[in-house]
Amino acid sequence: MIIYGVAALAACHLAGVILGDLLGVILGVQSNVGGVGFAMLLLIVSTDWLRRTGRLPQLSEQGILFWSAMYIPIVVAMAAQQNVVAALAGGPIAIIAGVGATIACVALVPVVARIGGQDAPLPPLMAQEV
Amino acid sequence: MEMITEILSKNGLVFAFVVVGVVMWVSYQLSDRLSAGRLHGSAVAIIIGLVLAWLGGLATGGSKGLADVPLFAGIGLMGGAMLRDLAIVSTAYGVDIREIRKAGAAGVVSLALGIFVSFAVGALVAAAFGYTDAVSMATIGGGAATYIVGPVTGTALGASSEVIALSVAAGLLKAVLVMIGTPFVAPLIGLNNPKSAMAYGGLMGTTSGVAGGLAATDKRLVPYGAMTATFYTGLGCLMGPSVIYLMLLAVTGG
Repeated sequence: MIIYGVAALAACHLAGVILGDLLGVILGVQSNVGGVGFAMLLLIVSTDWLRRTGRLPQLSEQGILFWSAMYIPIVVAMAAQQNVVAALAGGPIAIIAGVGATIACVALVPVVARIGGQDAPLPPLMAQEV
Repeated sequence: MEMITEILSKNGLVFAFVVVGVVMWVSYQLSDRLSAGRLHGSAVAIIIGLVLAWLGGLATGGSKGLADVPLFAGIGLMGGAMLRDLAIVSTAYGVDIREIRKAGAAGVVSLALGIFVSFAVGALVAAAFGYTDAVSMATIGGGAATYIVGPVTGTALGASSEVIALSVAAGLLKAVLVMIGTPFVAPLIGLNNPKSAMAYGGLMGTTSGVAGGLAATDKRLVPYGAMTATFYTGLGCLMGPSVIYLMLLAVTGG
């Protein structure tokens, strides 16, 4: 049933957030520490195990995939409730941070791609493949 | 008319699905017709979302964008922390552990380096503009990572909505730049094989940006870049409010 997938996803979400809160208390940081990240790791490990043991039927899978497909629309709704008026009043900070991070990371691609030997480029695309 | 507005307000979340659905449709039409699909529809939709938030903020003077307009309060529920985090967690599904191992050293290094460099650039820029507290620096640094890591970090640390909006704007700009710029920088950085695509995904991190940008470069590279990129946001969400925040706290002295 689809609800099994949704329930598994929701359980991972909650377990991750609880873990994050606990870690926050332990570290003395008055916040949730990486709850969403823990939830993602839990989901990866648990669904991988379920799939390998054949306990994740396609319908249950759809319960997770539905939310995965809702990710961009939900992000759009999130964008629609941000304090953009205040952000624009903040000046060029967003532009410099965004452009700066992009340029710095692009420059690192050839360096990292060389780790463990450089790979040969893919053969050129055939006309019918384009 | 009054009756309809009342029904729409009562069914806020359901109405939000309609509104966002319309925004997505318009965005994909604009993406196809005006940019021939080069600027990904999701990027257009997010830009429209931010514009709507700006209009809502201007109209109401509130801090929650379009969600402050009573008719669109459901947007606040749909894009609120609860459903947003559930959707983010769900995107981790389908990541194959065996493929993670195949990504190897280059993938791991690119992820760690990409997250740290983005946070460092964002935090430095934040400090340069007077946001010298560790919470704001971590949040804007997170935004320089992706438009998800910024708000997640900011929400976890209790940053102001203004700083969170700045981080979303920075992350959005990065996603758009990656989408548009990837085909142009690809020859310069040797982006022509699966391994460099994995390094690219890990360094840039923005899943929609990398998926859109690589699709415009060579569609065979998309799964490799997207695979590492899907880890980036999760790792960023894990490290932002924890390791990186604590490092910034140590540097700024609170």
